[in-house]
Amino acid sequence: MPTPSLADMTRRPWRLAAFLVPVALLLGCGKSSPSTGTAAAPTAAPAHVRQLLRFGNNAEPQDIDPQVVTGIPESHIIQAIYDSLVDLDPKDLHPVPGLAQSWDISADGTVYTFHLRPNLLWSDGSPMTSEDFLLSWKRMISPRLGSEYAYLIYNFVKGAKDYYEQKITDFSEVGLKAPDARTLEVTLNSRTPFLLAIIGDHYAWHAVPIKVLLKYGSLDDRSTPWTKPGNWVGSGPFIVKEWIPQVKLSVVRNPYYWDAKNVKLDEVDFIPTEDIPAEERMFRAGQLDKTQEIPDSKIDAYRRDHPEQLRIEPYLGIYFYRCNVTRPPLNDKRVRRALALGIDREELVKNVTRGGEAPAYAVSYPGDAGYTPVAKITGTREDARRLLAEAGFPGGKGLAPIELTYNTSANNKQIAEAIQEMWRRNLGVESTLVNQEWKVYLDNQHSHNFQMQRSGWIADYADPHVFLEIWETANGNNDTLWSNPEYDKLLHQALAAPTNEARYAIYQKMDAILCDEVPVIPIYYYTRPYLMTTRVKGYWANVLDIHPFKDIYMAP
Amino acid sequence: MIRFVAVRLLQTIPVIWVIVTATFFMVRFVPGGPFTAERAVSPEILRNLQAHYGLDRPLWRQYLTYCDSILHGNLGPSFKYPTRTVNEIIAEKLPESIQLGLISLGVALVIGLPLGVLAAVKRNTWVDYLCSSFALVGVCVPTFVMGPLLILVLAIHFGWFNASGWYGPMDRVLPSLTLGLVYAAYIARLTRGGMLEVLSQDYIRTARAKGASEGRVILKHSLRGGLTPVVSFLGPAIAGIVTGSFVIETIFQIPGIGREFVNSAFNRDYTLVLGTVLLYAVFLISMNLLVDVVQVWMNPKLKFE
Repeated sequence: MPTPSLADMTRRPWRLAAFLVPVALLLGCGKSSPSTGTAAAPTAAPAHVRQLLRFGNNAEPQDIDPQVVTGIPESHIIQAIYDSLVDLDPKDLHPVPGLAQSWDISADGTVYTFHLRPNLLWSDGSPMTSEDFLLSWKRMISPRLGSEYAYLIYNFVKGAKDYYEQKITDFSEVGLKAPDARTLEVTLNSRTPFLLAIIGDHYAWHAVPIKVLLKYGSLDDRSTPWTKPGNWVGSGPFIVKEWIPQVKLSVVRNPYYWDAKNVKLDEVDFIPTEDIPAEERMFRAGQLDKTQEIPDSKIDAYRRDHPEQLRIEPYLGIYFYRCNVTRPPLNDKRVRRALALGIDREELVKNVTRGGEAPAYAVSYPGDAGYTPVAKITGTREDARRLLAEAGFPGGKGLAPIELTYNTSANNKQIAEAIQEMWRRNLGVESTLVNQEWKVYLDNQHSHNFQMQRSGWIADYADPHVFLEIWETANGNNDTLWSNPEYDKLLHQALAAPTNEARYAIYQKMDAILCDEVPVIPIYYYTRPYLMTTRVKGYWANVLDIHPFKDIYMAP
Repeated sequence: MIRFVAVRLLQTIPVIWVIVTATFFMVRFVPGGPFTAERAVSPEILRNLQAHYGLDRPLWRQYLTYCDSILHGNLGPSFKYPTRTVNEIIAEKLPESIQLGLISLGVALVIGLPLGVLAAVKRNTWVDYLCSSFALVGVCVPTFVMGPLLILVLAIHFGWFNASGWYGPMDRVLPSLTLGLVYAAYIARLTRGGMLEVLSQDYIRTARAKGASEGRVILKHSLRGGLTPVVSFLGPAIAGIVTGSFVIETIFQIPGIGREFVNSAFNRDYTLVLGTVLLYAVFLISMNLLVDVVQVWMNPKLKFE
């Protein structure tokens, strides 16, 4: 998922990870929904109901060019107006045919061949070919475009990084080929078992209409008017009808979409709702069918008065505290471990975050693509006190206050205050809390100018790799200055592992290292609480916020 | 008078230059940049992005380029919205803010002026107390309380309006009422003060002594002088009100320039920060000039110099 925007640094709560599957089932096909577990999808929407979905979409989209934008609001719109080679089934996230009707994977797992559906059309009626994909990918990894998600291609595709860094200039040396008009061939550096998960979830691999693009500039121009209404052409179930910035972006059915007969909604209005309290009021006034968020203070009221409108989806992300392991006393892993053990996570999610989050005792997400970490940071308060004493700080004596930084948000503040109190109570450790504006906080994070920092990480795709790769020494998002050669070695071994079982076994070792060294202190796994009227059907809960708009319809 | 205006206009050039220069460098020295994100942008991607926007060149070169481009009326591309320019954003959002501002100003004047005059004329009676209390409440209740309150009652409870949004004429009512009430309160207070001062002047006593009716005394003789403080308040107030209110535009989800003004700073959208600051500066300076002209016209004691 794209970089969280201002409003979404404050992630919320949920309960036990064990509830994850039942919750998903309950939310997806709850009592109000006619599409129960057995029925796959309704054949047709009721004809007499106006098929309009008014979708609260947080911020105004930056743009609708999938190769330039980075945000979550943009990702929702892009889900409606572009289709990808491979789609993910919203119920269990397994890859299903999208624009590609099938694909083959070579025996060593490094060559993927995609076969496009016959007679694919862009929304202007012109044919869509493998050439569109090939040139789109070329555009994505062209340095001049400066796409922030270029790494989702060049980290995996053979020769792509050299091309991006202009060590080679001949695109034909890159492992991206279009042997004929309906075939695409992708050659990877190594076995990348989660490639389909990336393509299915992330718009970095989408095709853009090259002919249209070239009308308004060259292939790698970043800012051309090709996405303006009237010029824009797409490949999804819907097309842009109207876009009034900060008012709404309306999409209507695309008659040229390959699966148009299964599209049920006539129109989706994406309404910018940057102010969360205002969004909730719009929902109550009947202006929205679904909100993006809900003010924390309203969760209890909805749970009591309108439980049928309150949805809490598990979300593939973690809230944690990041240690700068070069700053004493956090350079001592016993201190880090003691601080991790000094947090009562059950109490925190029950009384502070209150959305019923799952406490996190490891960095990896339980059940992520079938992987659940075995190692956990657990122990008693006595263990924590003993560790502190061993490190030379019995009862917290001699320990300077820990400086804990967080970005401005009521949620972060409450959590930090609760943890401050827990450390004082459980360990005798004092801490000072420092609040920083979002970009100042990020700047300090990336320049390692902090002692301990509140952080979060939302997965781009469902695979344990996402949560483990960031702690590699060279990773730009590590920002803890923690480095472990054994860990780095394991990460590369895992990518080369012949089977998922072998790969996951290596991940278990990596999780064990993280639990032993504690460069970051896991706190809880995120959820996405929001409001939705019971009229919205075909909306399945999943950890990736993937909700194909073609499945959704409105009940009376 | 033409000479006065011309001199004043010439004086604004260095003022604007100082504002642009100070803002240009201040915004650059704030930690973080337009591409600072939670997901760290890799060094090679960052280099390409900076090259695209010319941020890789020395700061003084960027400054000169920017000055050159604003002299040509080009405020540059937005960093946050890759396919939009600052000129486009201002052209899109400013009219909405002006529209909201003018309606609010109308509301403020229609409510504020009569209340102020009434309070002054009926000084120290229950009418005065009522008007003054209204003014006090209006000044004290912030818009972020008044707005949601009006929404809760009129939009959610009675269902007469949308809670937020900017679709049709009905959506103008609540925001302009919220914004207008605050200004109405100020105007009522200033009008009352100004009128009280004028009503105690000798020439008013003379007018009354000559048998002028009370209505004539107030409308013809007092109002022009009594409104002087209101006019000096209105200059900067108009500049503020038409360049958008961040709070009102956020509560009511209005596509105005006030939100861009604030959010551009959060986003470190350098060019948009500069563009909106420049816009506000120009508005403020022109309104102050206008006020000076109007005041000379209203107050015979003043002269253009």
